[in-house]
Amino acid sequence: MDKIVDLDIAHYKTLLKKYIVTQDEQSLYGVELVSKSFIKNNILPEEIISLHIQALGELYPDINLDVKHSMDFLLEAMISYGLALQEVQILREEQFALKSEISVAASMQDTLLGTTIPDVSGLDIGVISIPANQLNGDYHHFVKGNDGSIGIAMADVIGKGIPAALCMSMIKYAIDSYPEDKMSPKMILKNLNRVVERNVDPSMFITMIYSQYLPSESKLMYASAGHEPGFYYNAAKGTFEEIETEGLILGVLPDTDYKQYELEIHDQDMVIFLTDGVTECRDGERFIETEEVLNVITEYIHLPAQELVTNVYKHFERLQNFQLRDDFTLLILRKEV
Amino acid sequence: MSPHSCVKIRKEWDIVSARQLGREMAKKLGFSTVDQARIATAVSELARNIYLYAEEGQICFEVFETIERKGLRMGAFDTGPGITDISQVMQDGYTTSGGLGAGLPGVKRLMDEFDIQSEIGQGTQIKTVKWVR
Repeated sequence: MDKIVDLDIAHYKTLLKKYIVTQDEQSLYGVELVSKSFIKNNILPEEIISLHIQALGELYPDINLDVKHSMDFLLEAMISYGLALQEVQILREEQFALKSEISVAASMQDTLLGTTIPDVSGLDIGVISIPANQLNGDYHHFVKGNDGSIGIAMADVIGKGIPAALCMSMIKYAIDSYPEDKMSPKMILKNLNRVVERNVDPSMFITMIYSQYLPSESKLMYASAGHEPGFYYNAAKGTFEEIETEGLILGVLPDTDYKQYELEIHDQDMVIFLTDGVTECRDGERFIETEEVLNVITEYIHLPAQELVTNVYKHFERLQNFQLRDDFTLLILRKEV
Repeated sequence: MSPHSCVKIRKEWDIVSARQLGREMAKKLGFSTVDQARIATAVSELARNIYLYAEEGQICFEVFETIERKGLRMGAFDTGPGITDISQVMQDGYTTSGGLGAGLPGVKRLMDEFDIQSEIGQGTQIKTVKWVR
């Protein structure tokens, strides 16, 4: 390492001497390369000035004293730059360490919160959930009950990043501890509300919609805790309707009862659940209208559910210049005979 | 030049006197121009801390010689409020003066050895050494 630096120092002097005589571009290119090597070897700006002073002294033993003093002055001015540079290097290393720590957390989250779409005949389900940053504050989970019912949870922690992600793990394990197929959506929300109220910082809010589909009766039961309303697509009429939802956000009051709704689903009907990362997509400074989400869904309605949600996501990802502002989760359930 | 000299820091002007004394001693000891400038910058940081955060204090210099090497010892002693969280002030990126000061991590980098002790309500002692190379 030191040998390389010594070589560079010698090279610097040669280039300087040549440049003073010829003012050629080649020497300037040469010093650019030397400078890069200095940076690589953590040579500080004041050391380069010092090297320059030394080289000048060797080339011109009787150099004007005023010029020499001015160079010493310049060296003094560079000391703080050198310090600032070293600080930036340390901060850069720290940032790198933080980033890799977060990516470990993100892959751990994927494992912890992982869920697979249940395979049920007569039901086509597609879901996509993409975090705005590395960690996801949205959550969805499927549960296949022993009675053939399908439970679908979707939640959104208000806020993003690490706090939201930590909170999600708690919600998941709370749900896991319930005998879902024996509990109705409204009971699950009532219980979760108590867990959140007791364990989560009051400044943190969680919205959730919990639904249960009974294939034998083609019936969807659901309850919502202040979650973004989903949509029901009536295939016979070709229309979308907003799903009726009413319910307090989780964790606000210790004892909250939730209202449960029922929806009968026919062939090719769809139920759409989403988080506000979908409905609050932005086109420049403008928030998109709900209408636009439904129009995009309509555009891809002929596709299987998974391709449908993926294409809708791609549409809004592009609209937002590939920079999501909020976690994006979209789930579509379609009944097929 | 006595082998042990101090400069009291009460007003901003005293920072310059401290720098000057530090530089003169460094020069006589045979430090390179770059190291002289580094020592002067470290003096500035320590003296400015005293001027800004402690009522009164002083910067002391001492020539330090062993058989193998010689160096300059520099200490900053004040009777100010003390530092609550030393780990925090020793962190890069932490500064109370708006981000432009090199701060104590800067002093640590400029010098070869660095030690700090602080008592709340009694003051702070910082001892540093720079070796002649």
